[in-house]
Amino acid sequence: MADLRTNFAGIKSPNPFWLASGPPTDKAYNVERAFEAGWGGVVWKTVGEQVVNVSSRYGANAYNGTRVAGFTNIELISDRPVEVNLEEIRAVKKRWPDRAVVVSLMVPCEETAWKNILPAVEDTGCDGIELNFGCPHGMSERGMGAAVGQVPEYVTMVTEWAKAYSDMPVIVKLTPNVNDVLYPARAAVDGKTDAVSLINTVASVIGVDLDTMSPLPEVNGKGSHGGYCGPAVKPIALRMIGDIAREFGSGLPISGIGGIATWRDAAEHIAMGSGTVQVCTAAMHQGFKIVEDMADGLSNWMDSKGYRTIDDFRGQAIENYVRWENLDMNYEIVARIDQDACIKCGLCHIACEDTAHQAITARSNGERRYEVVDKECVGCNLCMLVCPVENCITMERVDNGKPYVSWIDDPRNPANQQAAE
Amino acid sequence: MVKLRFAQRDPMAEQSDIAAGRLDKAAYEQGFSSDAKVPLDQRRALIEASRCYFCYDAPCVEACPTSIDIPSFIRKISTHNIRGAALDILEPNIFGGACARVCPVEELCEEACVRDAQETKPVAIGLLQRFATDRFFETGEQPFTRAAPSGKRIAVVGAGPAGLSCAHRLARLGHEVVVYDARDKAGGLNEYGIAAYKVVGDFAQKEVDFILAIGGITLETGKALGKDLSLDDLRRDFDAVFLAMGQAGVRAVGAGGEDLTGVEPAVDFIARLRQAPDLAALPVGRRIVVIGGGNTAIDAAIQSKRLGAEDVTLVYRRGPDEMGATDHEQEFAQTEGVKIKHWAKPVRFVGDNGVLSGVEFEYTQLAGGKLEGTGDTFVVPADMALTAVGQVLVEDPVKDGAKETLNISGGRIVIGEQGHTSLKGVYAGGDCVEGNDLTVQAVEDGKVTARAIDDDLRG
Repeated sequence: MADLRTNFAGIKSPNPFWLASGPPTDKAYNVERAFEAGWGGVVWKTVGEQVVNVSSRYGANAYNGTRVAGFTNIELISDRPVEVNLEEIRAVKKRWPDRAVVVSLMVPCEETAWKNILPAVEDTGCDGIELNFGCPHGMSERGMGAAVGQVPEYVTMVTEWAKAYSDMPVIVKLTPNVNDVLYPARAAVDGKTDAVSLINTVASVIGVDLDTMSPLPEVNGKGSHGGYCGPAVKPIALRMIGDIAREFGSGLPISGIGGIATWRDAAEHIAMGSGTVQVCTAAMHQGFKIVEDMADGLSNWMDSKGYRTIDDFRGQAIENYVRWENLDMNYEIVARIDQDACIKCGLCHIACEDTAHQAITARSNGERRYEVVDKECVGCNLCMLVCPVENCITMERVDNGKPYVSWIDDPRNPANQQAAE
Repeated sequence: MVKLRFAQRDPMAEQSDIAAGRLDKAAYEQGFSSDAKVPLDQRRALIEASRCYFCYDAPCVEACPTSIDIPSFIRKISTHNIRGAALDILEPNIFGGACARVCPVEELCEEACVRDAQETKPVAIGLLQRFATDRFFETGEQPFTRAAPSGKRIAVVGAGPAGLSCAHRLARLGHEVVVYDARDKAGGLNEYGIAAYKVVGDFAQKEVDFILAIGGITLETGKALGKDLSLDDLRRDFDAVFLAMGQAGVRAVGAGGEDLTGVEPAVDFIARLRQAPDLAALPVGRRIVVIGGGNTAIDAAIQSKRLGAEDVTLVYRRGPDEMGATDHEQEFAQTEGVKIKHWAKPVRFVGDNGVLSGVEFEYTQLAGGKLEGTGDTFVVPADMALTAVGQVLVEDPVKDGAKETLNISGGRIVIGEQGHTSLKGVYAGGDCVEGNDLTVQAVEDGKVTARAIDDDLRG
């Protein structure tokens, strides 16, 4: 049995699965249900200035019959009074001492506001705080959330206040709505943060109602941009987490957020450097019970790989996460089609024919026969990706006898040709 | 739950038991007015549509006699483009609604579906086709328009799928068409010959109305070739003639006692049932024997069971693989409680005082590839025997007294690739020509021939 316990910047939890700050962690009732279901921790829905929420609040993309492939919300932070939240946090932490209870905070960008609220939060006995610098909608227009996260100087400043007015571990939650996430990450480190979490939601309009011509979700005929999340954003999260992990190594704990619905998603986040993972959309889609398989599946997979602890594989993909110019320019693969497994859908052919390299035949002797024309195949993977049959199309290494060469050293690089002249 | 209402009966009594009203009213409703295949609702249609891979050079299209672009119409369902989906179907196949219901999809498009190869569960193409056409018909739109008048007039004999498909295409191409049919209603087998639970409600007539609504088609029912019309007259009065009268004759079983009361061709039984205003008033035997192995035999067997027959035995002279009915149809019959007996051929119809009491069969076997009787016989008691050993072209009306003789071979009108017969200006298609006798093939015949007629007339 693998050991799933985590110690994240001093915050301990029995497993790395936390519920992210959001509707599932808005009050004690939900959080207690989550802990009963087995979640290792929660980040309590953001506490701060009193707000009012609208209806409706959510929108979702269905893709090819799959519901909630992407999700969006225009909900603000907790609309319940700060005192009520803090009292519930105190009671929940007392009842569940082994679980991580982190409180997400967002108050105006003024030192007094932070100075006032931090002692009250710390007094609840919670395990740490997460600074919500990421919310892209509603709060950012008021100079909070992403409006802070997008300005590195503000990130540093508020992080310093948080460290100055409390002894709790501080996690800075980063927004993906920036050109380069390393800038706010560095700013958080400059402010002496204990950890970062990412990604918050991606600023988005999830759709347009073609009858009412209102952007979605619709509030009495009007729509506003919201924050995108769910399975669709996992790739964006992995990239940003990877960028930070590559720069800071294990010196900066990362709580991974974005598109985590299964233990496999979690394992990928951890392999890219996350120490814990946070889930929201998947729980909102299918309830808290999903954590059972997340924990069980991760444990079984770790056992099969010989990983005893989360740290055994955390960040293992980072050394392989390189810049493009360091890829092997001499690596060569071609597609192989297993004719016995082929069901003759022709998708590999038409994808290659219409949009790639005309490297797959359609018919031979009047029969449907999809075969790779090796000399045209560039090894792009497209046919393998569109093939609906598992393992029918595989990519095979071509032994060209050439050694590794990076683009930097590749003689085909025009920069090298100029140098040779 | 269907409750059978049988009067107590003396098991020793030998008199025939043919009676009406064996069931509760609800049972007739359930048996004949609800679809055998439950139609898809919007949600199920979208899920099913999402299973289609949108194949390139899709095998299902190749398997469809009318070459409907199946991946295209399914994609359009998934994008909520129902009008586009329906037109993808109706453009190549004006009977797309009927074909969605009656096509043996498990031997055509769905058998070819790559999902069948992958996971033995093809995309439900037939049900999706029905979804698209049903939704479209609900709009009441007439999507087809007619070309400028050509001044040509064409006679079509037979208002079944072949005849109406041809007539519709000719009307679209700008010609004037007169469609004759011997029966009182148009629709052919869709109206008279197919099991009620496959085309519930008055779908067949609604479809005919939709087809005729294009204009330029005059329907003349109750006009039979050889009686009210002659081929010579039609050739004289019209620019072209399309023969699509199907196979109106039934093949005799060729066993003694076929004239006993209680013995009748299955097609007559089905036609009577399809036209019955009140099924509860339709008499049916307590014990039924159906002879034959095609879809007509299956349809007759199931419908007699659903009318309240207690024991229905279908007897076929060869094995299950040789039956004309698909595996799916055979299973459906068995699920409905029809007993299928293979390897036996009828020897004689047994009766008392001119009334059927049973059918005597002889076991059969293959000897050197040839079917032969074993000499052992058995009798299946029966109040009604429905014979379905094949239909034939009634040849006399197209031959008698004609100036030139139409080339007929093996009981079918001989045609070339595009419906040309041996007579100039005379074309033929559907069940009266050689082929697989499928509705969808008849529709294709009508369409292809209409184009040929148009080409020929425009020279």
